[in-house]
Amino acid sequence: MINLITSQWQPLLMGLWNTIFCSVIALIGSLIIGTFFALLEISSHRVVRIIGNVYVEVFRNIPLLVIAMGFFLIVPMYIAKINGFTAGTIGLTLYTSSFIAETVRAGINSVEGGQLEGALANGMTYSQAMRYIILPQAFKVVIPPLGNQFINLVKNSSVLAFVAGFDLMYQGNLIANDTLETMPTYFIVGVLYLIITLPLSYYMRYLEKN
Amino acid sequence: MRKLWHLLGVGCLAALMLVSLTACAGKSVAQQDVLTADQKANRITWGVKADTRLFGLEDIKTGRLEGFEIDLAKAMTKEILGPNGKCTFVPVTSGTRVPLLKNGNIDAIMATMTITPEREKQVDFTHSYFDAGQSLLVKKGSPIKSIKDLNKPGEVILGVSGSNSVKNVAKYAPKARVLQLSDYAQAMTALKSKQGDALTTDNGILYGMAAENPNYEVIGGNFTKEPYGIAVNKNQARFRNKLNWALERLEKNGTYNRLLLKWFGHVKGFNYQEMKR
Amino acid sequence: MQKFIDAYSWINIRFLLQGLWVTIEISVASIVISFILGTILGIIRYEKIKYLSAIVGFVIDIIRNLPLLLIIFFTYFGLPNIGIKPEIIPAAIMAMSIFESSMVAEIVRSGINSIDYGQTEGALANGLTRWQALRIIVLPQAIRNMMPALVSQFISLVKDTSLATIIVLPELMYHAQIIYGQNTNYIIPMFVALAVLYFIVCYSLSLLAKYLRRHLA
Repeated sequence: MINLITSQWQPLLMGLWNTIFCSVIALIGSLIIGTFFALLEISSHRVVRIIGNVYVEVFRNIPLLVIAMGFFLIVPMYIAKINGFTAGTIGLTLYTSSFIAETVRAGINSVEGGQLEGALANGMTYSQAMRYIILPQAFKVVIPPLGNQFINLVKNSSVLAFVAGFDLMYQGNLIANDTLETMPTYFIVGVLYLIITLPLSYYMRYLEKN
Repeated sequence: MRKLWHLLGVGCLAALMLVSLTACAGKSVAQQDVLTADQKANRITWGVKADTRLFGLEDIKTGRLEGFEIDLAKAMTKEILGPNGKCTFVPVTSGTRVPLLKNGNIDAIMATMTITPEREKQVDFTHSYFDAGQSLLVKKGSPIKSIKDLNKPGEVILGVSGSNSVKNVAKYAPKARVLQLSDYAQAMTALKSKQGDALTTDNGILYGMAAENPNYEVIGGNFTKEPYGIAVNKNQARFRNKLNWALERLEKNGTYNRLLLKWFGHVKGFNYQEMKR
Repeated sequence: MQKFIDAYSWINIRFLLQGLWVTIEISVASIVISFILGTILGIIRYEKIKYLSAIVGFVIDIIRNLPLLLIIFFTYFGLPNIGIKPEIIPAAIMAMSIFESSMVAEIVRSGINSIDYGQTEGALANGLTRWQALRIIVLPQAIRNMMPALVSQFISLVKDTSLATIIVLPELMYHAQIIYGQNTNYIIPMFVALAVLYFIVCYSLSLLAKYLRRHLA
């Protein structure tokens, strides 16, 4: 095991970095897209609401692997040349955004209770009321569930291994296949994942309690 | 009521310990004699490919595995266990075959596996049953004519993770970037969607891919020798010797050549005269 | 267009449906096992039994913070080292159940936590035992509260079975890969089929949950 670490620390660290990098990009991307579609979902326009609903239901009910592989294999054929890391990160962003949309929507619903009407009555526009009154409160409510989404996101980023995305799981597979030390390699990979996810998960529980 | 919970807890712990005890009492895979066990069960479990045309491919119509390696494994099983001997085929990939052999899920690997010194540290090989060589598959009309053309920054080579060919690429084209996918179906699809400039693996597998994708061709000849061997666990000398014996008999009685002709006789670019035994 | 017509020949569709059947089989078995096991583990964790709760809690935290792919590898490659040698389908069910049980346990724990402790105290004061209070008063409410989280977890489970292609589990995703691997013209039709089939299964699961909630509440 120590042998494995000393000889393979470079690809492992590179993988860890790519996993973190991909997760952070996907988190930011999916927060923006997710909030956008959450706002569509609570819109008073029927058509807009339907668009929001369809987006969320589609990406919530199709496996991440199908989405990521689809981007990896189909997009370069017709649209643009993208590599595995990009394809995987886009897939991860779209997939997670549907979950975040649901979370944010639940958060907004939990604050509403007349506050929106109050703000509108006080002369604010709809977007102002959303921006200054509703969303800040909603985000406070949804921080613990969002944290859990982020942990899921880090775990789900292992799907990049299927599209040659050079993430931690991909490097782990290569090392395992190369050295044929399967279990020790995956043990180390597991510990590296836990280094990211475990503290986050305990912090989220701490937030939940307080 | 607390008592009940304590009881439950103790029960769970006891169950856990029982499981681990029986686990320790069970013989580890390396100690069991595979040949004796297989003869007793009248069954050999082979790890084979399910995504590689000509060697081991799942037929969509029947769900059965078909290919040169499948037929050879069937013939060898009959040699070893007698005409009523049965075989089980477990589909593996280059990534899963060795862990599955080591943990005893399969008895032997016959899955386009090259005999290499590194692998011999972990598993034992029989004599080679097929002499492949590594080559390249590119789209027709591609400027790439040989592995040398790929030894440039910016070139991307596709391979399968766990295969020996991706290791060789590091030797022959160190400047190129290598993308490793989980199996040949993925690698071929990735080549088609232009994720790489060439796909590299052994010629026999590439011929199979070129046969089903007429817009692609095998180029540059073989730049390595890749003898395929059947892998068994360490300390299974009896089983390995029996496999070698069966292979030799099949080579002598013409079965080997018949199977070779059946699967590769019609393949363009394949030299049957050179390969027959 | 011709591509699509060729790709959806009865032979290919049948092959996909065979894969879908394995997906459903594994999903149903794992949902049942992980619901039972997860509830038990969640209660153990909530009840704060000496040592046991701490150990169970620790193991749950480790498992649910690892990627499912690793759990699949550990189960399929590692379990035989301790004497259990599952075939591919039982191995997949085990891996999914181990992972999902720990996720369900966490949902159950926070579900029980969300019920006011005063209710348990009231029940105890009225002469119920602790177990009766949990079973009759707390759990039914908690399960109603955690229904949405549970359902979305089970939908995730169905989707996550696709990851087991990596150990050559013959489920829907793998069968699609076999088809488009043999004829790369079928990539797009196969991905369309995958999206549609997974969507149908997962969406009907969430519709079923909605129906249950309306009629059981």
